[in-house]
Amino acid sequence: MSGLYGFLFAMWILIIIGGGIMVGLLGPFSIQQFGNFHWVFTSGIKVIIALTLVVIWILILSKLKNYIFKKELKF
Amino acid sequence: MIELIIPTIISCILAFFVVYFTTPPLIKILVKKNYTVKDMNKKENVMVARPGGISIILGIVVSEIVLYGFFQLNEILAIIITTTTAFLIGYVDDRKVMGGWFKPVTLAIAALPIIFLGAYDSDLAFPLFGDVQIPLLYLGLIILMIPITGNTINSIDVLNGVASGFMVIASFTLSICLFILQNYEIAIVSLPLGFVSLAFYKYHKIPSKIFPGDSGALVFGAMYGVIAIVGGVEIIAAIALLPAVINSFLFLSSVKRVVEHRQIKGKPVEHTDDFKLKATNDKTAPITLVRLILAGGPLTEKQIGFAIFKLAIFSSILAIITTFMMGVSL
Repeated sequence: MSGLYGFLFAMWILIIIGGGIMVGLLGPFSIQQFGNFHWVFTSGIKVIIALTLVVIWILILSKLKNYIFKKELKF
Repeated sequence: MIELIIPTIISCILAFFVVYFTTPPLIKILVKKNYTVKDMNKKENVMVARPGGISIILGIVVSEIVLYGFFQLNEILAIIITTTTAFLIGYVDDRKVMGGWFKPVTLAIAALPIIFLGAYDSDLAFPLFGDVQIPLLYLGLIILMIPITGNTINSIDVLNGVASGFMVIASFTLSICLFILQNYEIAIVSLPLGFVSLAFYKYHKIPSKIFPGDSGALVFGAMYGVIAIVGGVEIIAAIALLPAVINSFLFLSSVKRVVEHRQIKGKPVEHTDDFKLKATNDKTAPITLVRLILAGGPLTEKQIGFAIFKLAIFSSILAIITTFMMGVSL
């Protein structure tokens, strides 16, 4: 059970750090070179960055899961 | 502030007692019509009425309509429409076995009223670091959120009383967080979910007299998701839901595809001679929260339920800490 509490806590820390990266990267991000369509490009790139961050987040979580539950996962 | 007290009391009383008084006759009707399923974790051949989603949705709709009479908020309409649609989706799945795609796709459609009613703010608030404006990305988040919360609660509905008990803890936590953030109207609108879950838990707790079914679990999950969106507390809601999220994450990372539980051949848990539950060594079986809890040794159904509730309380504490961190800026 202590592993599960540790995993919960690690997920919480990852959410907070991930939020910081999200605000730091996506907040100030803007492209102005495309006239009236700048918001489309800005939003599109924001979507790509956000999805990349989510994929990285899941990969880290997956590694963490294997590390924390290395004993329990030997089914 | 005083004018908020009367609608709060009326809606909470209605939410609780509508479920409390309609569930027993519902159980009788379901048993009479033979709408029952075998309780797989009981030694004897116990048949349990299903689905209890009917009384759950009744409690939510009645209390939210009363609140709409007081506040006339689009957010309440979004809750009523999306939650009712989620109930209908779950009810179809209760009656007819649908494919793995059915619930995610239809629940995504159920989220559309939130967008059409404009019941959201496209700023995503993070603790310590502030808000980020993501107008286009946020629309995608709304469409994803309802299927995720709906299916997450549905996936944890594996033992007597777990889904409703877990919802009591998570939804009251969300209401407390909304009060801390001084978002009083949405906090009041969110309270019926906790009271409906509490009333239903009386009949769902071990030994269950009724199961919520997909219709009940999706109503719980969908309403929780809508409150998170209309209240602008998506991150806090996700943290309060972490044990259930872990369950879905473990399941998906071991199965590696979106699939219905009944389509999985391998059994993650089995019964001992004294009918406790224990983790299997089946490599084809998915890894679930219950299987990890049982890695330490066999436990009774009641002990597993309480282990999940303890995890829910731990994540609720983290959610409340996160709420206080929302007011702090680095």
